[in-house]
Amino acid sequence: MTSAPALDQRHSAAASTQPVVPSETVASESLSVSFNDVGRAFDGRTVLRNVSLTVTPGEVLAILGSSGCGKSTLLRAVGGLDEGFTGDIVIGDSAVTRYDERTAVGFQEPRLLPWRSIRRNVELGLPRNLSKAEGQARVVELLELVGLSDRAALRPREISGGMAQRASLARALARQPGVLLLDEPFGALDALTRLKMQDLLLDIHAQTGTTVLLVTHDVNEALQLADRILLLGGRRSDTAEGATVKSLVPVPGKRPRDRAATDLAQLRSELYAGLGVDSR
Amino acid sequence: MTTTLATPAAAPGRAKSVPGGRILLGAAVPLLILGLWWLVTGPLDLFTPTQLPAPQRVLDAGVGLLEDGALFAHVGISVQRVLFGFFFGAVAGLLLGSLLGLSRLADGLLHPTVGAFRAVPSLAWVPLILLWVGIGEDGKVLLIAIGAFFPVFTSVHSALRHVDPHLVEAGRAFGYHGTRLLTTVQLPAVVPPVFSGLRLALAQSWLFLVAAELLASSEGLGFLLIESQNNGRVDRLLLAIVLLAILGKTTDALLGIIERKALKTWA
Ligand SMILES: Nc1ncnc2c1ncn2[C@@H]1O[C@H](COP(=O)(O)OP(=O)(O)OP(=O)(O)O)[C@@H](O)[C@H]1O
Ligand SMILES: [Mg+2]
Repeated sequence: MTSAPALDQRHSAAASTQPVVPSETVASESLSVSFNDVGRAFDGRTVLRNVSLTVTPGEVLAILGSSGCGKSTLLRAVGGLDEGFTGDIVIGDSAVTRYDERTAVGFQEPRLLPWRSIRRNVELGLPRNLSKAEGQARVVELLELVGLSDRAALRPREISGGMAQRASLARALARQPGVLLLDEPFGALDALTRLKMQDLLLDIHAQTGTTVLLVTHDVNEALQLADRILLLGGRRSDTAEGATVKSLVPVPGKRPRDRAATDLAQLRSELYAGLGVDSR
Repeated sequence: MTTTLATPAAAPGRAKSVPGGRILLGAAVPLLILGLWWLVTGPLDLFTPTQLPAPQRVLDAGVGLLEDGALFAHVGISVQRVLFGFFFGAVAGLLLGSLLGLSRLADGLLHPTVGAFRAVPSLAWVPLILLWVGIGEDGKVLLIAIGAFFPVFTSVHSALRHVDPHLVEAGRAFGYHGTRLLTTVQLPAVVPPVFSGLRLALAQSWLFLVAAELLASSEGLGFLLIESQNNGRVDRLLLAIVLLAILGKTTDALLGIIERKALKTWA
């Protein structure tokens, strides 16, 4: 168990690196996600096939794969935004439903309503059964968490791209999702902002404990954030159309990881090779 | 040109600092036209009064009509017709545009028909309205309403069709659907294009007012136009035109103020 970093160590890893006590209002009950032979075809063209894996509650799973291989498609299926897939996706102990309220999506673009203030955009994510006072308290806390308290009254076009992404993240968290689905949430940001957002995400994960499925095309981001990395793609051994689980690897070491850690170099070049890129 | 170029920085600076600077700027050309008009009719005497009466004569004609009360009657009835026609046309356009813009079924069922009606130049309805409704108050208001309906319908319909699907999906993903989705995402998103449609419809209303009043009426600005033409009163004719310009511009400006208020809250 010591040589191979087991998944069980992950919870303690997250908890020990972040001494923050999970907050009453933002903490959520994290849920597992099971994919059972999931496939998706568009107009007879197979995009995904035979995807089977189980994401444990509280885990951060990074989904890597070349462009167009079906990462977003897989994520949308978990969020109940797409109903055309085959196989089963089970969240917690029941199958995913349309616009599943146990999940919350952080889209690749912030998708904020331009006519609403940042505060009112974050409110959009609140579950309906919440009382007004509880909702307000949660929004205040989330704005604090993503560092937008002093921008709460501004409109989306009055803030920067990184702030908009943080607002979008806060809106998703307002739902207190059991599973947080992030589709390249930092893809459009500059390198420095992206590093800060990654740290923010780790903070948030430590405070909320939610399960996170994170689509990314950035190998280093996956290595920095994830407990395990799912590599989607075609298997060399078969020639069937569509992407499937190419590999599913645990990331060694505790978070926050040293961004220059050498023990990740081996895994990094394996992942690059899996993506069809020569890392040297 | 050279004199304005000599102080390039001062000119825009002053335009900003003077309150109502934009109004003054916009008034420059009308005042210039007025000056030219006065010049060619008065001092230069290029036109006979039956061709082009002097500005002063037009003003006198206005004062004359004002004194016997006819001016208020003409303006009053015309404004009333435009407001009623615009109101009914716009409401119908908003309702039908929303229905077809939001419901795929209603769109499939009704859009070809509405499209066919829109293809008919609206003035072609005049003979039918004359036969069926008569060209009394109802007929005039109906004609104006037809003129106002299509710009509003078209703008609401196409704006609802083109609401950013990303925003709608985000709304749905956060549990919004039906009426809540409509009032949270779709309606606010269409406020700016709908106001352009409303302003176009208001301009159309004035157009159709004149058409209706030219056809058959005993009062109103269109009637003043045709009556003055028959009597050779070019001064009154010009007066009616100037009044139409002022009224059209004023109503549009009022709608513009409402639009700015709405855009502040919604866009
Ligand atoms: N609604 C749709 N209709 C038809 N084809 C679709 C649809 N959505 C996705 N596809 C196809 O499915 C494939 C996978 O798309 P997807 O968006 O999941 O890729 P991705 O891995 O997220 O790519 P990227 O990294 O570029 O975002 C693409 O070839 C795309 O053309
Ligand atoms: Mg994608």
